[in-house]
Amino acid sequence: MSKKVGANDTPLQALPWLGTALFLIVGFVLWPTVELFLMSFRRVDISGLLKGWAGLDNYRSLFDNSDIKGTLFRTAIWLVVVVAATMAISLPLAQLLNAKFIGQKFLRYSVIVPWAASLVITSTSWKWILNGYYGVFNLVLQDLHIIKEPVDLLSDPKTGFMVLLVVGIAVSLPFTTYVLLAGLQSIPHDIMEAARVDGAGPWKGYWAIVFPLLRPAFLVAAVINSVYVFNSFPIIWVMTQGGPGYETDTTTTFAYKVAFRDQDIGQSASLAVGNFMVIFVLIMIFLKLSKWRDLDKK
Amino acid sequence: MNPKAKHKLQKRSKGFVLSITGLLVSFLFLFPYLSMFSTAMKPNSSNTEIPPTYLPKAWEFGNFIKVFQELPFGMYIRSTVIISLCTMILGLIASLPAGYYIARNKFRGRTAFLLLVLVTQMFSPTTLLIGIYREMSVLHLINSYLGLILINASFNMAFSVWILSSFFQSIPVEIEEAASIDGASRFQTFTKISLPLALPGIVTTAIFTFIAAWNEFVVAYTLASSPSKQPFSVGLSLLTGLYEVKWNYLFAGSLIAIIPVVILFISIEKYLVSGLTAGSVK
Repeated sequence: MSKKVGANDTPLQALPWLGTALFLIVGFVLWPTVELFLMSFRRVDISGLLKGWAGLDNYRSLFDNSDIKGTLFRTAIWLVVVVAATMAISLPLAQLLNAKFIGQKFLRYSVIVPWAASLVITSTSWKWILNGYYGVFNLVLQDLHIIKEPVDLLSDPKTGFMVLLVVGIAVSLPFTTYVLLAGLQSIPHDIMEAARVDGAGPWKGYWAIVFPLLRPAFLVAAVINSVYVFNSFPIIWVMTQGGPGYETDTTTTFAYKVAFRDQDIGQSASLAVGNFMVIFVLIMIFLKLSKWRDLDKK
Repeated sequence: MNPKAKHKLQKRSKGFVLSITGLLVSFLFLFPYLSMFSTAMKPNSSNTEIPPTYLPKAWEFGNFIKVFQELPFGMYIRSTVIISLCTMILGLIASLPAGYYIARNKFRGRTAFLLLVLVTQMFSPTTLLIGIYREMSVLHLINSYLGLILINASFNMAFSVWILSSFFQSIPVEIEEAASIDGASRFQTFTKISLPLALPGIVTTAIFTFIAAWNEFVVAYTLASSPSKQPFSVGLSLLTGLYEVKWNYLFAGSLIAIIPVVILFISIEKYLVSGLTAGSVK
């Protein structure tokens, strides 16, 4: 173990170095968290003024909200389908990104684009592509003689939600694929080679040798991706605003609408607390998986 | 055919298949942006043509200039640049000393600090929006650049501290010890020796924070009510809600906003994964 410069400082000695970061995290991440919890127990009138405490009334009104059941159901579908499909597609995609061929760099950069680009813009582009009158999506389907009349997928809640799932998967792929790629690159070359030439064939070799080594990266990617997907706002907001009505909302967009459209801050806060709890469970799983204690020991 | 030549041919055809597959997959990922480019190049009149066309009939490169007159795009970009640059600077001021310190020193409360950083890395402004709105109204920072800068910098603190400390850790401690024997103070060692050596980590942190602020949507959408304070993500999303949307200009502007960020993002690709997974995947 290497010797430390200035080992075993007191917290007071650490403060000048950590102070600004601590100030920002406590002041602008933890404070809003506390405010949110408090808000869920408060009575807030339509103009945002506080009218004392509400006990559990906000939570009760949330359960009485006729749209919450469908929204919870959709949120579960959204989370499970997007994360599962993303992970399933990422595995072969990472493999492809790791293979050697002409154009590999170009592919790697193309895959990164939806990750780097503003989600608002990417979603706007998809919305325009799918436009029932002017979109290129209908043009392609008509040219291939799959449909005769143009369709407007986003105006119908069923097809609209399916489109959201597809776009959700498409923009989640870059992150998970790059995590898996990093995992693949850390596997020694001769092990990969052994898996390929192993008598059992490449497919069996992959599941028997490569995938077990990739499992830590796979799990971390899945958990972090779940957090991103659960919190995802711009895709749904730009493409359908959760509509028609509340029929393509997840709890994230639903909470936004209840607060800033229906002006029921208290009820929205109680839903946001629920959302926060889901994220918190995911964080605990992540902490369990990650080797953060390694950094602690060094 | 001898076996060696056959093997070579097999290898070459496998490479060919991979290249074609790679090209097809690239096309799928780039499709929304290519389609945006095609629309951006169309003349104004063909925005709402039925049936639409795949490619413009006339290529209007001038749309990339005209967007600044046709839409308040210059104003949006100005706000976005101010917010992103300040977020980046504030982020570095806070995370550099913290990242360095936790890489180099033991202190009581270290585990607690690391846990705080890790846990809050996953906190999302989207979930906490009501809390953020409430805090900002108490601080009178609604509809201000400062409010957005503080929120952006704070929510990116975890990533920055984490990636910087792993960079500082990779610098041999002996180099610093030599400097302190020569009489340099801890602060001098930090600024004169460690900072320059950790430059790739600093650049990565700076770019990542800049991009996160550049693309941030939901907080600005909620807090920035006047057009002059809105970043382009908010501005453009509001423009699509208007009765008559000038899609060609809208997408020309969108591409201008996307391209520099994509290039920057590619430049830090190597370090992204280890930063975002807090080092659990190298």
